[in-house]
Amino acid sequence: MAAEETIVSVAGGTGIGLVPLLRQVAPFAALFGLAALLPLTHNAYFGLVIGRAAVYWILVSGLNLVVGFAGQLALGWVALLTVGAYTTSVLAAGTALPAISPFLALGAAAAVGAVAGVVVGLPALRLRTFYFAMSTFGFATIVTQIALAWRSVTGGGIGVIGPVFGGPFGSTWGFYYFCLGGAVLATWLSGNVARSRFGRGLLAIRDAEVAAEASGVFKPGLLVLVFLFAGATAGVSGGLFASLQTYITPDAFTFDLSLLFFIAILIGGRGSILGPLLSTVLLTLLPEVAAPLVAWSTFLYAALLLVIVLAVPGGIANLLDFASRKPLETGRIIRPDVSALPVLLSGHAAERQLSFEGVTLAFGGVRAIDGLSFTVEPAAVHGLIGPNGSGKTTVLNVISGYYRPGEGSVRLGERELAPGAAHSRAAAGVGRTFQTPRIVGEASVLANVMIGGTTRGRGTFLEAVFSLPRHRREEAALRERALLALKAVGLEQLAQVRADRLQHSELRFLEIARALMPEPSLLLLDEPAAGLAPDEIALLGGLIIAISRAGVAVLLVEHHTDLVFGVCENITVLNLGRELTHGTPAEIVAHQDVIDAYLGS
Amino acid sequence: MVESILSYGLAMGAVYALMAVTYNVMFSTSRVFSFTAGALGMLGGVFGALFIGRLGLPSGVGFLLTLGCCALIGVVTEFVAVRPVLKSLDQHLYVLSTLALTLMIQQFTAIEWSTVPQPFPRVLPFDLFVRERFWMPVLACAVVVGGMEFLYRHSMVGRAFLAIAEDNFAARALGLPERGLRIGSYALAGMIGGLAGFTSGGILLAFFANVPTLNFYGFVPVALGGIGNNRGAVVAGLALGLFQQAANYLVGGVFASVAIFSVFIVALLAAPQGLFGAAPARRV
Repeated sequence: MAAEETIVSVAGGTGIGLVPLLRQVAPFAALFGLAALLPLTHNAYFGLVIGRAAVYWILVSGLNLVVGFAGQLALGWVALLTVGAYTTSVLAAGTALPAISPFLALGAAAAVGAVAGVVVGLPALRLRTFYFAMSTFGFATIVTQIALAWRSVTGGGIGVIGPVFGGPFGSTWGFYYFCLGGAVLATWLSGNVARSRFGRGLLAIRDAEVAAEASGVFKPGLLVLVFLFAGATAGVSGGLFASLQTYITPDAFTFDLSLLFFIAILIGGRGSILGPLLSTVLLTLLPEVAAPLVAWSTFLYAALLLVIVLAVPGGIANLLDFASRKPLETGRIIRPDVSALPVLLSGHAAERQLSFEGVTLAFGGVRAIDGLSFTVEPAAVHGLIGPNGSGKTTVLNVISGYYRPGEGSVRLGERELAPGAAHSRAAAGVGRTFQTPRIVGEASVLANVMIGGTTRGRGTFLEAVFSLPRHRREEAALRERALLALKAVGLEQLAQVRADRLQHSELRFLEIARALMPEPSLLLLDEPAAGLAPDEIALLGGLIIAISRAGVAVLLVEHHTDLVFGVCENITVLNLGRELTHGTPAEIVAHQDVIDAYLGS
Repeated sequence: MVESILSYGLAMGAVYALMAVTYNVMFSTSRVFSFTAGALGMLGGVFGALFIGRLGLPSGVGFLLTLGCCALIGVVTEFVAVRPVLKSLDQHLYVLSTLALTLMIQQFTAIEWSTVPQPFPRVLPFDLFVRERFWMPVLACAVVVGGMEFLYRHSMVGRAFLAIAEDNFAARALGLPERGLRIGSYALAGMIGGLAGFTSGGILLAFFANVPTLNFYGFVPVALGGIGNNRGAVVAGLALGLFQQAANYLVGGVFASVAIFSVFIVALLAAPQGLFGAAPARRV
């Protein structure tokens, strides 16, 4: 994603400066402004081509959220264009039911498209990548065949007449403006989704699914919403497409069209809106500018896709991302400001104790955790140490709900944490970091931290789509909070930088900021000091102590014994999934078994 | 009718199974599903028609040339669309790169060969009980799957294949020539895909648009039989072929497609790892 675009889009909503807002809107305004001036040329052919690009973009803007943001390889989206086109045409022509106004028919196409979008997209909840691509591909084939066979309604191979939109949109240029208006609207709506917590959730699903779950992003629910949206835009696009074609047959919906949509997004750049918009226009124009190329257009699209995938995986958006080429300041120092913590963690309802009781977890015949019990008090740091393979991270994964224990229970305060159900943990008050930082590299640092605040949002998806006041207020509050969290961990000055430009140590602090966003009662840290320099470890130690002082129970898995013995009140030593011993740091250091098993001579 | 369902069904089933084996062989050494499987199948028919039909070469020569060309396309796939994206396997760029290469092959064939189905010449001057287009795919499938089993069990190269399929890093640490074996597997997959297209040429003809059909129906046995499971692929492939033909005769083409698609989706949703596969463990 273009970081510049991300930065500004993250800054969207209320509280945004005028200059960034202008910079964000300017390219879109320029493009659509130029398109609006096109009728001055009195060239109907241009009008047809650009009108078609606008209609395609209405579909692509929705599909972009599925492919570019959520990373779902929906290859056969032409199926939804077909559904929308036939729904509009059939209803307007009255071949099945009494004819209705084409505008109503277009609305019906949006509704039918939304439902079809969920049907086509639903397999994505269980199927991965190539499987899902194949299933959407199958849908595209099926829909065309049904259109061909269902003669009484669709006219079969003979086809059906496209809708004619009357009134001011009856003329060529009137209809052109209708399509253009639709394109502007689609841009705005999809942009609203992209910069909302829903859009950030999609990016998180794409690049850091595990972290998304831990942040409370519920993938099935989110994907269904996005498939509804993408289906609706495709339905509308189909209706306009049918009108543009004046007459539709199943032949009009070739698989090449699906490729154009799909490839436009990838060439434009995943996670961007401007990029796919530009490439949709380019790909629509490409076969038109050179007539001899028409036969070769699919070949050219494919060649372009190959080049993009191999050479410029970021697409056009990356080429336009000038801000991320400026070198960052070198020798940056992380300066946590723990005075921000009390404000950040002021509201949590109650200080709660973690009880890990008699948990057993076996992988096949291996008992990764074997009847382990311990408690972590609120406002205390509890260390979990042991040799590699002793089950430390597995314990965290049981608490986070990635593994279901065979026996035993995990409680936070009075509530039992449901076994499995990782996406419920953020709301239940559990935050965590990962051994390998799991972040969305193409999004800004601020956006990454805001992902952690997913569970704080109350506004619905529709409020986000139309950018209604409650949603805007929430976004602004979330942004404030994320900046506060960044201040607390000492990354405030990097808020607008693409996260993949950060150093490893900075990513570790970024993950802590993200974990603090939902105001957790319990913070799980999985080797937060790995890869840090000694002075950074000291800063980390101070931060961990300050977080626990604010009332949070902290469970720390770590190999750096200096850090563990320096910050922990209590330590549990694991070996082969069992407790070897537990006690205060002083007791552990003196314990002969620990010295033998872990610390060595 | 029963005779027709059986002959067409088994022949097409064998072709689907061969396509599934093509997917599997490429996957085994690279963890990549390649869309070029369908292109290889299509090219098997087109090369056969080109060498034997248009250029008038003897059947045997045309057959060997077809396999050779398809093996070459397989190797090109490895170089162009697979190797460059292996480093970032988790981003699934291979789906896009192999799709792009496949489309280029398909479109090139459409323009340079023909956009309409071309006849596939007779290969042999005699028939064995049934016409050659019915028994050839079945025989090819039996030979390929039997040969693969033999290779895997009784040859060093086959065991090396298995080792790489099981654990790429460990195999490399043992000193196996991972890259060479990967190229070899793509050449082999090219030949198997070409064989599928060549032997089924009498049914599917030499037609550029066979690519998506072969890709989809060839992937169904992979998905249902379990990734890398050739025996599962044969069972699922033959079942698919028979089911498709039976549905074609009994309820008509469109409903047959819908039925197959529904079965595919429902079976996959019920068992995403395939009916014969094992669920992978989650890694955090």
